[in-house]
This record gives sequence, structure tokens and C-alpha cells, in this order.
Amino acid sequence: MGGNSATWIIARRELSSFFNSLVAYILLISFLGFTGFFTWLSGNGDIFFRKQADLKVFFSIANWTLFFFIPAITMRLLAEERKSGTIELLLTKNVSDRQLVLGKFLAAFLMVLIALAFTIPYYISVSQLGNFDHGASLSGYLGLLLLSSAYIGIGLFASSLTSNQIVAFLLALLLGICFQFLFGIIASGSSGWIAELFNTLSLNSHFDSISRGVIDSKDIVYFLSVSFIGIFLSEYFISKRK
Amino acid sequence: MNIKIENLSKTYGLQKAVDDISFEVRTGEILGFLGPNGAGKSTTMKMITQFLSPEEGDVLIDGYSIRQKDMKKHIGYLPEHNPLYEDMPVIDYLQFVAELQGVEKAKINERIVEMVRVCGLNDEKHKKINELSKGYRQRVGLAQAMIHDPEILILDEPTTGLDPNQIVEIRELIRKLGSSKTVILSTHILPEVEATCDRILIINKGKIVADGTADTLRKSATGNQILKLRIIVDATADVMTELQALPGVNAVEAIDSEGRYEVQSAGDQNSNEAIFRLCVDKKWVLTEMIPFETKLEDIFRDLTMN
Repeated sequence: MGGNSATWIIARRELSSFFNSLVAYILLISFLGFTGFFTWLSGNGDIFFRKQADLKVFFSIANWTLFFFIPAITMRLLAEERKSGTIELLLTKNVSDRQLVLGKFLAAFLMVLIALAFTIPYYISVSQLGNFDHGASLSGYLGLLLLSSAYIGIGLFASSLTSNQIVAFLLALLLGICFQFLFGIIASGSSGWIAELFNTLSLNSHFDSISRGVIDSKDIVYFLSVSFIGIFLSEYFISKRK
Repeated sequence: MNIKIENLSKTYGLQKAVDDISFEVRTGEILGFLGPNGAGKSTTMKMITQFLSPEEGDVLIDGYSIRQKDMKKHIGYLPEHNPLYEDMPVIDYLQFVAELQGVEKAKINERIVEMVRVCGLNDEKHKKINELSKGYRQRVGLAQAMIHDPEILILDEPTTGLDPNQIVEIRELIRKLGSSKTVILSTHILPEVEATCDRILIINKGKIVADGTADTLRKSATGNQILKLRIIVDATADVMTELQALPGVNAVEAIDSEGRYEVQSAGDQNSNEAIFRLCVDKKWVLTEMIPFETKLEDIFRDLTMN
């Protein structure tokens, strides 16, 4: 067995535990419900209202839904292991702190991937409606995946700090709000290098361009950096028990 | 595999939880780890299993540091409070642990069947862990610790929450395993240590205060041999003086008027035989001769209450 398999075994257990509880189904139904409603049915602002065969509405609504959806997935990842003491069980097996954290990250990412897979019918339907830009839409999906991995990094970090799931959830939301709004607001209210800095930190500006179909390596680096920093900090706070 | 604990230390805040502990356990030996609550038993075990890293010192398994890659595999560990994934069925849980421990795919089923048999989980194997009674949860904890057939077993209070029958079963199981493995178990049930362990290690406030078999601990606590006698004689005989005159007898004390005496031997001597022969010579009726044993409880109290 290689070094990565512990990561995969942990991810698999986590994922099956999502599906054995109601968590996964509630989240999937609410994700699909929200995105579906606003994409197709809401009237003001939906696809039929805009009369354009693209997934713009879906991407912006998915961004917001994931904003709540992901902290609800990540809150338990490490906090629950801490609270029940099972973290001791895992880390005294042939498992490193890093494998544990990566396994949890992977589980949450797969969960998001499953949710997004259920929206493929949206993609197919809309592409039949008219002049459809496949490139831009695929780039939008890439954007959602990158955005999700950044949110998961943030949520995992929040979960690594506490043994209380509610605290982990609220903290992840709070950090999410900073990345979604606060940094953007600070950027637009200031000038010079401060504006530059906060504009770079703001998640929305990066997501906007990628969901329009503009794939810039700067945006990709941004999302991956947030994810990696989240993973790195989680590992650090898990190893601090020692 | 031999396990060697070298100068382990760990501080929480200002308090030294474990203070320079060293000991060694060999294959086939069962070490009972005793100590009052908060003495540092669990902390030591957590360091041995790498959940905590020691501030100082190291744990060597057959000479290799536990910090080296893949060394944790040799250890099976039952943590204090026996944490388990409540929402998993027993079988799935054992499967998960077997995979994590790197048991070969082809052997996983065989190992699960074996553990279910050994730990008596057959009727419960498809139940979810949160549906199990405490005794069965404990068995699941033991099963997961042993699933990969580790050479070393570290068991933190393995019999808590079990009923007397289960305790006997688990003790027998540990004894059986102990003949081929290296076992360290902690407990504060003193008779348990005597029943299960070859060697006892008592720690208090993070330091080792006693190390040896139950017999050597007793001997060092009592010092000289003490016998309780009951001799039936007619009123004229002076039993006290005669006993006192025996070679090897240090002190004699009459306990009651019904012929009970307490005899303390001198030095390393053993006066059973001399007393017996004296009684035969004088035609006294010796009805009781009981070696006095210091209770492990007393030794424990002496060593840990200060």
C-alpha cells in the first residue's frame, strides 16, 4: 500500500458517512433546488427572462449556494474527529497528519463534484436552446471547482481550530464573507497598493472573470493558493496537539 | 518485538505530566501500567503510539525509533475512552481499520472473521456501533487494535465498562495473546494486574515509583516474612517463648487468647519448617499457618499517596 492510500481510505469513509446520514441528501437537494429555481423558474432574471443560452445565472447562483453549502460540509470534517476522539484512532494508525487533512479535503471536494455532476442536465438543456458557448461554460465549471476548493480550504481550516461544529461553520462563513465581500469593499474604498492587495485577495473578482470564460493563470494560482494555505494551516493546527 | 521507552518527558503548562520515564518490555511480557488518575499513564501511552510527541526521549521498537516511517504499524492501540465511529456497522468499521493499517486485500476478510470470533462479536457484527452496549463497544475497540496482528499491543484500560464475565474473557484473551506479543496495559483495577500481568509498573506524578512482579513488590513492601499461626495447646505451655527461641524468628506477637500468633522471620529466612517441627515435637496442634501478604492495594497507596 502506497503513501496516498490512507488519504483515499479516509476520504472514502468520510464520503460514505455523508451518504449514510441525511447530510448529503439535504445538501444535494437544497443545492439543486436553489440553483434550479433561480436558473429556470424564478421569472425575473432566469434563463427565459434573459433570453440567452448561457449558464451565467447558474454560475452566479451556484457561487452563492456553495458559499453556504461548503461550510456545512466542512464543519464536521476535523471538529467531529476531535470531539469524538476518533482523531486519536486515526493518527495512531499508519496515517500521517497530512494524509488525514488531505483525505478530508478530498472527501469534501468529491461531495461538491457529485453536486455539480447533477447539474450536467442544465448544461445539456441550455446548450440545446440556442447559440451556446461551450468554452465559456466549461470555464465556468472550472471556476466553480476552483472556487469550491478554496472554500473547502477555508472550511477545513476553520474545522481544524475547534471541536465544535457550529463554531467551525460560523467561522468558515465569516472567513467566506471576508473573501466574498469585505476584501472587495475595502479594495473599492481605498487606493494604491492597498486597493491592489485587497482586490487580489477578493474571491469574487477572480471568480467573475473565470465564469465569463476568461481563464487567467493568475486566477487559478489564486484559488489553488487559498486551498493550499487552508490545507497547510489545518495540518499545522492538527499537529499542534502534540 | 521489544519496546524500549527512553527518558520520556512531557509537560502540560507548568505541570510535568510525564517526567523522565524509562522502561523496557520484551516479547511475551505483559506489563501492567498502574497509577492514580492523572499520573501520566495515558500521556505515556499516547507518546508511545505517536499521538503525542515526547518533549524529550524516544520510543524504540527493536532498536528503531517510533518516529521512523511505518513504525506505527507494529502497534495496536486501544485509546482511553475507546473512541469509535458511531455511525458505522461493526464489520465496515473493522474493514476500514484493516485497510488503514495496510492489511493485504486478500487477507482482510480472514482477519475480520478472526477478530469477530476472538472478540465474540458474531451476533453484533452487522449492528451499528452506536447500537452496541458498552461491553461490546469495548470488544470492537480491542478487535480494531488487533486487526492487523500487531506485535505490540498498547491497551489503555481495556476492561472498563465490562461485566465480570466479560472481564474474565478479555483477561484470558490478553493472556493468550501476551505469550507471543508485547503488551502494555493500563488499569486502576488492582486485582486485574495480578491476574493478567507478568510485571507491574506503578507511576505517580509522572515518575516510576515501582517496577517488578507482584511478588517482588510485595516483598519489598513487607520486608521480612510474616506468618499467622494458630496453635491449640493446653494452658501450661509457653508458646511465645518457644517460638521466640526458634532460629530465624525475629519477633512473635500474641494476637488473641485463642492461640493466634503472628511470627516475623529475621532477614531473608523462612521459618515455616522450624515452626512445624516445633509443634510436632511438642505435640501441639497447629491449625493455621498463613503467610501474610501485603495487599497490592496497600502497596499502591503507600507509593502514590504522598
